[in-house]
Amino acid sequence: MADLKPEELIARTDFTPPRTGWMDTPTVIREGMFCYAAKPKSVATLGLPYPREWNPLDDDWKLPENWKEIIIEGMKDRLERFRTFKIFMDICVRCGACADKCHFFIGTGDPKNMPVVRAELLRSVYRNEFTKAGKILGKIAGARELTLDVLKEWWYYFFQCSECRRCSVFCPYGIDTAEITMMGRELLNLLGLNIDWIATPVANCYMTGNHMGIQPQAFVDMLDFFADEIEDTTGVRVHPTYNKKGADILFTTPSGDVFGDPGTYTAMGYMILFHYLKVKYGLDVTWSTFNSEGGNFGLFTSNEVMKRLNIKMYAEAKRLGVKWILGGECGHMWRAITQYMDTMNGPADFLEEPVNPITGTKFENAKSTKMVHIVEFTADLIKHNKLELDPSRNDNLKVTFHDSCNPARGMGMLDEPRYVIKKVCKHFYEMPRNCIREQTFCCGSGSGLNASEDMELRLSGGLPRANAVKYVQEKHGVNMLACICAIDRAVLPPLMGYWVPEVDVTGIHELVTNALIIPGEKEKTVNLRGEDILNKDEVGPEEYYTRPDFSGR
Amino acid sequence: MRLNNLLERNKDDIVKQWLFSVIDTYPADTSKFMKMQKDPFANPVGNSISVNLGPLFDELLNEMDYESITSYLYPILRVRAVQPILSTSQSTGFIFLLKKVIRESLKKELSDKDILKELLHFESKIDELTLIAFDVYLKCREKVFEIKANEERNRTFRAFERAGLLTEIPADRPSL
Repeated sequence: MADLKPEELIARTDFTPPRTGWMDTPTVIREGMFCYAAKPKSVATLGLPYPREWNPLDDDWKLPENWKEIIIEGMKDRLERFRTFKIFMDICVRCGACADKCHFFIGTGDPKNMPVVRAELLRSVYRNEFTKAGKILGKIAGARELTLDVLKEWWYYFFQCSECRRCSVFCPYGIDTAEITMMGRELLNLLGLNIDWIATPVANCYMTGNHMGIQPQAFVDMLDFFADEIEDTTGVRVHPTYNKKGADILFTTPSGDVFGDPGTYTAMGYMILFHYLKVKYGLDVTWSTFNSEGGNFGLFTSNEVMKRLNIKMYAEAKRLGVKWILGGECGHMWRAITQYMDTMNGPADFLEEPVNPITGTKFENAKSTKMVHIVEFTADLIKHNKLELDPSRNDNLKVTFHDSCNPARGMGMLDEPRYVIKKVCKHFYEMPRNCIREQTFCCGSGSGLNASEDMELRLSGGLPRANAVKYVQEKHGVNMLACICAIDRAVLPPLMGYWVPEVDVTGIHELVTNALIIPGEKEKTVNLRGEDILNKDEVGPEEYYTRPDFSGR
Repeated sequence: MRLNNLLERNKDDIVKQWLFSVIDTYPADTSKFMKMQKDPFANPVGNSISVNLGPLFDELLNEMDYESITSYLYPILRVRAVQPILSTSQSTGFIFLLKKVIRESLKKELSDKDILKELLHFESKIDELTLIAFDVYLKCREKVFEIKANEERNRTFRAFERAGLLTEIPADRPSL
């Protein structure tokens, strides 16, 4: 290096990016953009093939000798079994409507993150193996052979897609590129090529009932600890029930909220709400220490694994003899329930069609799955004036709402969260129209990509979301980003920390229970986070925001 | 200060050319999109570059104020610091592209020796700007590593907590 002459040094600093088409541009696996390989123990626990130690940066991925045959057979099998996969392989006209809609493309600047190109990675091999034109014309027909480099490219880019489905909103043919990613990942799993951030949570969930591997007694300990915290701030002791046979409703939520801030405050919110409903209306909601996970990382592995984890919720509901299931603020749990449950483990005939016993509302959308979203449930309670609320307790907050991808695009839940927030907070501001509702931008860490080793991927992929938050922060002084997904609550704080440090993150039920007037509560001076809340009789909001001790600062 | 007047007069064109060359540091398909998409929310990367190059150019024309310069560089470099598709030299080296743009844009005028002399001085300012960019880039990378480290630390802490290996010091005990 020291012997280099200036002109040689300049020659090495090439600022010109490759001008080749995607198929001729070699893929470089870069640090910060991928998650570590699945631990063999976790792969083996699930009985999935080829558990072994391997490193994505090594040349040798220790593949079985007949790996190519396994993939082609796997493709053939899936093309026959899943009509959507076959159609999505055939009908794309490469119009490019999806190309610039992916947050990973926008943020990373890597053209192989354009949804159309990501799909082409797989489609090119499909053409080569399964279409006449591809077999005869090869590259001219967009076909290419499956090589080791192609396989590595698949792995790199199918684990750079968060399956958020924003691209599919813009596809004139309705191609769901997320399902192409799912197929890609299924095929990679045939060779033991999962990432550990997915494989280990899935194995944990399979063995202990939740992604974190929390034992039942630790789960109870944690909720008891929350009950202490709640008592400190509200003066009310809540008494959650566990595994209670004959309860009215079984509650299921992501375990992430039990163990990670700020999700813990959302979990406390649920506990307070259930206590309120028990005291006021005699509603009996129980938690399960066995079904202690709403999330389903199986969805990011294969349809079989997703099915295996999903059934646990229904088995527990059946065992406890509850009427129906209430689901917490989770993301992909709702994708699995709304889009796949019915044909996977459903219909859940042994449960009752969900009716809110307090308001009489029938949840028609959950008629078959028997599982109701807690935000819809709470919106219904508020609509029927069943919750006594003091929204001024959230006056220290200027809130915006991040539509979590799966509830928004996977189940169409767009208005209920906004309705609830507006009823419990006085200051709510929307982000720009092309960043919310069905066009919402992903957090950048969904579908099992929320590890720490792929932080560059997460921070660049989260840029479009953070950019819209920054806009409302600068325009309206927004200091709180609400969301209804546990992955969001885990990953948005570091994302905000990098792009918009002025903004904190919350679940909606934290906001709800800040505002909820609980029977027997002491005069509230702090919220669940222990932060001072505004005493409305003393100062007005405008004055409060400018105070140096303003907690949202 | 004849050069400054020339640069001032040709500012719009120079900044536009500079913008295009910065955007061209991305692969062809990406740069095509960045040039076409004007919506700042659909194209935050292109937007952060286009909004900040003008003010950076103004700084070069006037007194170089470190605080102002960093405030314009941060939005651009915060993005480039998390884009491994660009190397460090590519991430910060976009400022040098301005030299090429100015030399080409003022080709005729640069035959004048005095103006050429002024250009040498101006180019040192560009070098200085690049050094500041390096400071900013490093700060952004440090932030990324800080976030990574915090995540790891929190995860370890939680694992210890879950295993019952942590105990809280009671509130009534004197602090250490």
